[in-house]
Amino acid sequence: MLKLIDIQKTFNAGTVNAKPALRGVNLTINDGDFITVIGGNGAGKSTMLNMIAGTYACDGGRIELDGRNITDLNEVQRARYMGRVFQDPMMGTAASMSILENLGMARRRTKRRTLAWGVRKNEPEEYRQMVKDFDLGLENRLTTKVGLLSGGQRQAITLLMATMQRPKLLLLDEHTAALDPKTAAKVLDLTEKIIREDNLTALMVTHNMRDAIRLGNRLIMMHEGRVIYDVSGEEKAKLTVEDLLKKFTEASKGEFANDRMLLG
Amino acid sequence: MNMTEFLQANGLVLLGGVAQGLIWGVMAIGVYLTYRILDFADLSVEGTLGLGAAVSAVLIEGGMNPFVTLIFATLAGMLAGLATGVFNTVFKIPPILAGILTMIGLYSITIRVLGGSASMFIADNRITTGLRSVLQSWGIFPKDYLNNITVTILGIVILVLLICFLYFFFGTEIGTSIRATGANPHMARALGVPTSIMVVLALVISNGLVGLSGALIAQTQGSADVQLGQGSIVIGLASIIIGEVIFCRKDHSFGYKLSMVVVGSIIYRIIYAVTLRIGLKASDTKLITALIVLIALAVPVIKNAIQTRSLRIANDKKYAGGNADA
Repeated sequence: MLKLIDIQKTFNAGTVNAKPALRGVNLTINDGDFITVIGGNGAGKSTMLNMIAGTYACDGGRIELDGRNITDLNEVQRARYMGRVFQDPMMGTAASMSILENLGMARRRTKRRTLAWGVRKNEPEEYRQMVKDFDLGLENRLTTKVGLLSGGQRQAITLLMATMQRPKLLLLDEHTAALDPKTAAKVLDLTEKIIREDNLTALMVTHNMRDAIRLGNRLIMMHEGRVIYDVSGEEKAKLTVEDLLKKFTEASKGEFANDRMLLG
Repeated sequence: MNMTEFLQANGLVLLGGVAQGLIWGVMAIGVYLTYRILDFADLSVEGTLGLGAAVSAVLIEGGMNPFVTLIFATLAGMLAGLATGVFNTVFKIPPILAGILTMIGLYSITIRVLGGSASMFIADNRITTGLRSVLQSWGIFPKDYLNNITVTILGIVILVLLICFLYFFFGTEIGTSIRATGANPHMARALGVPTSIMVVLALVISNGLVGLSGALIAQTQGSADVQLGQGSIVIGLASIIIGEVIFCRKDHSFGYKLSMVVVGSIIYRIIYAVTLRIGLKASDTKLITALIVLIALAVPVIKNAIQTRSLRIANDKKYAGGNADA
């Protein structure tokens, strides 16, 4: 469905601070794939997600969605195909707007904005049900400003926003990393549930190797701007954390796995 | 001095403050849209106000209906906003500098509009003169107050229409997208909002209002002046901040907040009028303005510091008590 062909990206190109972030990423994402992405800091995981979302333009390579070249579409133009949840819980919602208005914005992700109402009469009831299904205890606080919610609640709302208008691809960039363990587990459960129930195609960056193994049907490992390991199905189901650590140590040629990789 | 005597002595000053505050309130609302909603400190306002005044004055002198000139003054302001918006979104010039470029460019343009001079008198064909003679014919208002009552009525009518329009507009999909752009551009783009277009649109609307305000000011005072906008951004901010500090909480509705900007503008004008009345010179008013803004900004900080301090004192007492026991 989505194809990355030899994607290159260097930040600060042409200066002494030039930093190659992606050095030829090739990846084909199939319909219904739920891919977990792991790798050390600076491996290019978040950059890859941002390239798919269109936040950064590619230096080289090509991105195809359902056979159509979308390399030159910007972030706004690609938004109609993609739902995103960021690492920072503040980034996915507008603090000064109500839950209702935020959801209303998300509902219109795939269409052109007009002078019709930002939230129509029938929408609050519909959203109340959705929020209730998420079990956040927010269904009677829909007019509350999102800025008054906790990080976990905001992240859950962002997840709802990213998926309420079925995206072709759901991009999750370490979306539970900034949450406390209990909240993170809850948001992750919600994520799994919604991906399963709606049969979504998703790409999830995580630093937690157990989650990476437990969730999804496919796992990729990145290192120094490349995909160095891509495993799915039976083989993935049998993976252990030790396997991954070994794989990582091999890839980094003896450099020891960094602290964040070891967590989990 | 009782209330009646006070009003008799100062009524004209107060009413004058209300009248001016309403007319300048239109500009303050324009500033509110960019400064608060879009989070864009737009200095083009300083040029746009004078431009609106000049356009209206010139067209009236050319024989146009004074009401119709308001439309052209608004359009001229919108063009100025468009320029600032393009500077910022297309050429990636930072907001402050983009606004400054428009502002200084407009200085020359405004003098061109005024036919080469820095100011221009408007003869009697003004909205206020027309409205005034209608009110006079009713014979119910005291003569001294007639001018200010005229402007007050005009201001209230325009502001009610304006606030209603903005209230509904910012509830639409496009209006909501502008608010989201100001609140969180990352989120807005991820949800498919073309944030650049929203920035330009908000600047166009904001400067349109400022142009309208300039035209109204010119018509009420009977002249247009290229200097009119000088210091106006600070006046706008003063109005916003006074309104917020005194009357607003975060969860108030949008319509209420806009209304409080106007109330802030009125309070600013009354303070301004009073300082002149107690013997300060007209040239002192800029200092007064700066002090008003400073005080309005400092009050919340000082309030907070006092709260923190009293908490700490209570805390210290608690632990000091614990030590004594041990």
